[in-house]
Amino acid sequence: MHCQICKKNAATIHLTEISEGHRTELHLCESCAIQQGIAAKTHISVKDLLAGLLASQPSEEELFGPEVADKACPVCGFRITSLNKEGLMGCPHDYEVFEDVLVLILERAHDGKSRHIGKVPSRAGQGTKRALELARLKEQLKAAVRDEQYELAARLRDQIQQLEGKCQGGMPS
Amino acid sequence: MKLTDISGTFGQWLSGTGPLAEVVLSSRIRLARNLAGHRFVNRCTSEEKAQILETLREVLLSIELTEERFFVEIDQASDLTRSFLVERHLISRHHAMGKGPRGAVIAKGEYFTGMINEEDHLRLQVLMSGCQLGRCAELINQIDDMIERRVEYAFHPRFGYLTACPTNVGTGIRVSVMLHLPCLKMVGHLDRFLNAARDMNLAVRGLFGEGTEAIGDLYQVSNQVTLGVSEQDLVRQSEQNIIPEIVEYENAARRKLLADQQETIDDKIARATALLQSAQLVSSHEALTLLSHLRLGISMRRCLGASTPAIDRLCGLFGHDPCKDTKAIEVLNRLLLTTLPAHLQLNYGKALETYQRDALRAKIIRAALGGGS
Repeated sequence: MHCQICKKNAATIHLTEISEGHRTELHLCESCAIQQGIAAKTHISVKDLLAGLLASQPSEEELFGPEVADKACPVCGFRITSLNKEGLMGCPHDYEVFEDVLVLILERAHDGKSRHIGKVPSRAGQGTKRALELARLKEQLKAAVRDEQYELAARLRDQIQQLEGKCQGGMPS
Repeated sequence: MKLTDISGTFGQWLSGTGPLAEVVLSSRIRLARNLAGHRFVNRCTSEEKAQILETLREVLLSIELTEERFFVEIDQASDLTRSFLVERHLISRHHAMGKGPRGAVIAKGEYFTGMINEEDHLRLQVLMSGCQLGRCAELINQIDDMIERRVEYAFHPRFGYLTACPTNVGTGIRVSVMLHLPCLKMVGHLDRFLNAARDMNLAVRGLFGEGTEAIGDLYQVSNQVTLGVSEQDLVRQSEQNIIPEIVEYENAARRKLLADQQETIDDKIARATALLQSAQLVSSHEALTLLSHLRLGISMRRCLGASTPAIDRLCGLFGHDPCKDTKAIEVLNRLLLTTLPAHLQLNYGKALETYQRDALRAKIIRAALGGGS
C-alpha cells in the first residue's frame, strides 16, 4: 500500500480512529507522517509504559525532578519508583500527592485523557459534580466540532458558559 | 445457599440466548472500587484486609437484590473450590492466587459476583449470555448505587474512582465479551482482527483472562481505556459498533468457507463429532478444541441455515431442530465448562488423576452426544 500523501513510498504507519461510530483510516510513510506531525500510535502495555517513563534512563530525578523522586506519601509511604516495581499505587491519597506526575502517566495509558467524565458518587459534593459535568460537556463539544455537528456544538457551548457562570458564582470547584 | 448448589447447575450466562449468541457466548461488565480511608489491598495489613472483608461482605449480602447470595471465604477455600470458581468465571485467577483475608459474594444464577480484596477492595461483576452489555451496565450501576449508599468510595474530582492500578482509574469499568471465532482463524484473518482490536484500544485475551491462551477459539475482548470516557459511551460503542462488526467478520468468514470450501468446514465438524462420540480418553485441551467445532456446526445451522452432511448428522444427535431452539448451543456451552478439570472433580466428589479425568471427560461428552457409555 502506498502512502496517501506522497503516493510514492510504502505506507508503514496506519492510523485508525474510531469515534462516535465513525471510522477513519490513514496510511502514511514515515517521512510524511513526521511532516504531518503524526506520531505512530502503537499499543503499549502498562508495564512497558511505566518502564518507559520510569526507566533508569532518564532517571526518576531527571524525569520528574528531585522533589518528586524523593517525595513519599505521608499515609502509606508510596514513592513514584514503587509504581515501576509493583505496577500499583499504595493508597487513594497517592493520587493527590503525585497528581502532576500521574497526569503524564495516565495520559499515556488512557489515550491522551487524564480527566474523569463518567459516573460520580451521589455523596460527592455539588462542586465536584459541577466540575465533572463541565469536563464532560467540554469533551462532547470537542467531539461535536470534530464531527462538524455545529448546531450541537453551539448548544453545548451555551451549556458550558451557563455552568461556568454558576461555578464562578461562588461554588467551589 | 452454598457452593455445591451451583456446581451441578448453570448460570443464565451459559444459556446460549441473547443477541448475536452464535458468536458472543457472554457479556461481562466489571467495576473496580476502593473504600475511602484505607490503603489499597497490596499495602494493607492482614487486620485491615479482614476489616474491609467484613464490611463489604455484610453490605453485599444485605443490599436489596431479589436473588439469593452466598459468601465464599476464598483464603479458607480448598484449591479445588478456587479452581472451580475460576473455571466458572466467578472469580479471577488473581483472586484465587492472592494472599490474606479475601472473599467473594456470588448471586444465585451467577449473574452477579463481588470479589473482595482482589487487586482492589471491591470488584463487582455482572455476567449475561449473548451480547447484552447494555443490560449488564444497567444492573451493575444499580448494584453500585446500592453499595455506595452504605460505604464511601475513594473518589477524586479529576481522576474519578481511584484504583490500585492506574490503568483502571476513572470509571473503573471493564466491558468485555467472550467471542467464539473459529472461522476467522480458518480463513487466516485472525491477525487482522487482532490488529484492528489493538488499533481500537481493545485488549484481546484467551478463555481465562490475562496471560491465557485462546483455546477452543474463544477470545475475550475488552476496553483498555477507563479514563476520559463515560461508562455509557464505552458500553454503547462496544454493543452497537465494535462487537457487531467483529461478529460480522466472523460470519462473513463462515459464509465464505461454506460457499468456497464446504469440505474444510465439514471435515472439522465430522472429525470432531466422530472423535467425541467414540474417544475413551479426552484431554481438557482436546475437548475445548473439538467442542468448538461442534459449536460452530450448530450455530451455522441456526444462523446461516447451513445444511451439509456433517452438520445434518451433528444436528440429528440433539434430536430436534437446532434452528428452532437454543438447547444444542446451551448443551455445548455447558460442556465447555463441565469438562474442565475442577468442574469434573467437584461434580465427581473427589480429586482425580489426569488419566481418570480424561476418561470421565470422554464419558460425559459421549453421553451428551447420545453415544451412551
